[in-house]
Amino acid sequence: MSAILTVEGLEVDLSVPAGTLHAVRDVSFEVARGETLCIVGESGCGKSMTALALMGLLPRNARRRARRLVFDGIDLAAASRTQTNDLRGSRMSMIFQEPMTALNPAYTIGNQLCGVYRRHKGGSAAAARERAAFLLGKVGIAAAGERLGQYPHQLSGGLRQRVMIAMALMCDPALIVADEPTTALDVTIQAQILKLLKDLQDEFGMALVLITHDLGVVARVADSVAVMYAGAIVERGTAAQVFAAPRHPYTAGLIDCIPVPGRTKPGERLGAIPGTVPALVGNITGCAFRSRCAHAQARCEDAPPQHAEGGHEWACIRGAA
Amino acid sequence: MLGFAVRRLALALAVALAVSAASFVLLRLSGDVAAAIAGEGARAEDIAFVRKAYGLDRPLIVQYAEWLGNTLRGDLGTSLYFKTDVSALVADKLPVTLILGLSSVLFALAVSLPLGILAAIFPNTWIDRLCLALAVLGQALPNFFFALCLILLFSISLRWLPVSGTGTWLHFVMPTIALGYYVAPAFMRLIRAGMIETLAADYVRTARASGLSPASVVFKHALRNALIPVVALAAVQLGFLLGGSIVIETIFALDGLGYLAYQSITYKDFPTTQAVVLLLSVVYIFLTFTADIVNAWLDPRLRVA
Repeated sequence: MSAILTVEGLEVDLSVPAGTLHAVRDVSFEVARGETLCIVGESGCGKSMTALALMGLLPRNARRRARRLVFDGIDLAAASRTQTNDLRGSRMSMIFQEPMTALNPAYTIGNQLCGVYRRHKGGSAAAARERAAFLLGKVGIAAAGERLGQYPHQLSGGLRQRVMIAMALMCDPALIVADEPTTALDVTIQAQILKLLKDLQDEFGMALVLITHDLGVVARVADSVAVMYAGAIVERGTAAQVFAAPRHPYTAGLIDCIPVPGRTKPGERLGAIPGTVPALVGNITGCAFRSRCAHAQARCEDAPPQHAEGGHEWACIRGAA
Repeated sequence: MLGFAVRRLALALAVALAVSAASFVLLRLSGDVAAAIAGEGARAEDIAFVRKAYGLDRPLIVQYAEWLGNTLRGDLGTSLYFKTDVSALVADKLPVTLILGLSSVLFALAVSLPLGILAAIFPNTWIDRLCLALAVLGQALPNFFFALCLILLFSISLRWLPVSGTGTWLHFVMPTIALGYYVAPAFMRLIRAGMIETLAADYVRTARASGLSPASVVFKHALRNALIPVVALAAVQLGFLLGGSIVIETIFALDGLGYLAYQSITYKDFPTTQAVVLLLSVVYIFLTFTADIVNAWLDPRLRVA
C-alpha cells in the first residue's frame, strides 16, 4: 500500500495575546490508501488543529510549517491557495463535529450537495442531482429525491451528519478527514454513523483520518492509531499494537478510562488521569506528560527518547517491556 | 411560502385598520375640528353651526365609520387650507417622497454593502478602520449641514446640479446623497457585524472545506444569512425617510409628503393630516410586510412563523 498522505514535522503556531501557542509540535505520520488512522487525545491536544492544517483551513492567526506535507503526490506545503482549494472537497474532504450548524440554513440539501459537485466536476445540474441522490441513498437516507428539496432545519442531527458524509463523498475523494464526527450525536446514532463510515470506506476505498477523544470509537474503526498529547504524538502504531501493549503511560491511562463489559465490575471506579494538560504557550522542555505521570523520574526533565519496535513508536524513558 | 404570505397579509390589514382608528381618535383629541373649519375669530354659535353641519356632533365611532367608508372609496375629503381634494393633493406629493425615499435607501445600500463586506473580510485592519471612519462621518454630520455642503460644491462651485426643484432626475441626486449617506452608517455596521458572524459560522467553514471559490463563500454562503437583519432595518429606514425627510425636502424645495405633513399640522388642516398619517402608516405596514416576505425568502426557517 502506498501512502496517500505523508506528514513530517508538522508544526502549527497560533499567535494569541499571551504569546505564541505551539498547538502542533513536530507531528509526523503516514496514511496509506484506504487506511483508517485515528488521532486520539484530550481536548486541546492539537488534534483538531492537525486536521485543519492538513486541509489548509487554519484560522487566520495560525501559521503552518512542515518538513514534508504530501497528499497524493502533491506537495501541500508548496501548493498555492488555488491548488489547495481545487483539492478540497474533491480529492480530500472534511467532516465536522457539529452537524447542526455545518450546513447552511438558507439553502436546500440538494443545492449544497450539488454546489460541491459542480464546483469540481462541472457538468449539468441533472448529473449533480443524480450523484447527490445516489449518495444520499448510500448514506442510508430514504426518499433521497424528496430530501434534496429540504432544508437543514427539517432534518435531525443524525440525518444532517449523513448529509455531511454524502457531501464529503460527492467528488469521490481519496481522503476524508473527520473531526469528531460522532461526538455531537446520540450514542445509538454514533454507532450507526461509524458503521456507515466503515462501510463506505470498504465500498469507495478512501483513506480516513478520524480525529476523536473517544478510544471506544478508535477500537471500533482504527487500522492505526496516533496518540496526541500537548501538541505532539506520544505513541503511534497499529490499533492491535496500541491496544494490546500501550507503551506510553498516557496511552495506558486513556485505555484504563474505558469501561469494558465483563471486566469492569459494577460500582468499580474507572481509571482517571490526574491533573490537566499543560499550557501550550511557550516551549515545553522534557516530557510534557511528566507532571501527571505515575512513572515520572528525574530523567523526564530531558526530551524523552524515541522508541520504535515493528512499526510501533513511542516517546518515553520506558522502553519495550 | 404562499400560506405564510397570506397570513402576513391578513395581519398587515388588521394592523392598518387599528392604526387608522387610533390616528383618527388621536387627531380628534388634539384639537377641535369645528373650530378649525370655522376659522380664526369665529363666534361660538358659528362653531356650533359648523359642528352640526359637518356632523361633528355625532358619536366618534359613527364619524370614524363614515370616514373609513369614504377613505375606502378613495374620498379623503377636502383640505381645509388648500381648499382642494385631499386625494389629489396627496397623489400629487406622494411620488416625490417615494422617489426620494427609495433612491436614498438604494444609495445607502450601494454604499454600505461593499464597505460593510470589505470591513468584515478584513476586520481590524486599515480597510476596516477606513470604512468605520466614513461611517462615523456620516452619523456625525447633521444632514442639513451635509446638504448645504453638497449644494455649495456641486451647484455653486461646479455648477453640475440644480439647487432645488423636482423637474428632472438631476434634482434628486443631492437630496438622495444627503439622506442616503445619513442612513448608510447604520446599514454598514449591521452588515459588518452580520458578515463577521456568518464568515465565522460552521457552514462557511464547510463551504471553504468544499473548495468553493472565495466569491461563492462570501456572497452565496455568508452574505445571504447576514442580510436578514439588514432587510428589516431597510424597511424601518425607508419608512423613516418617507415620513421624516421634511428637512431635506425643505432645503431642496422638494414638494413632497413630508412638507405637506408639516403644512397641514401648522394650519390645523385635519383631513390632510389624517390622510398623510394614514398613508404613511399604510406604507410603513406595507414595507414591514415586504421585509417579512423577503426574509422568509432568504431564510427558510422563518417560513413557518
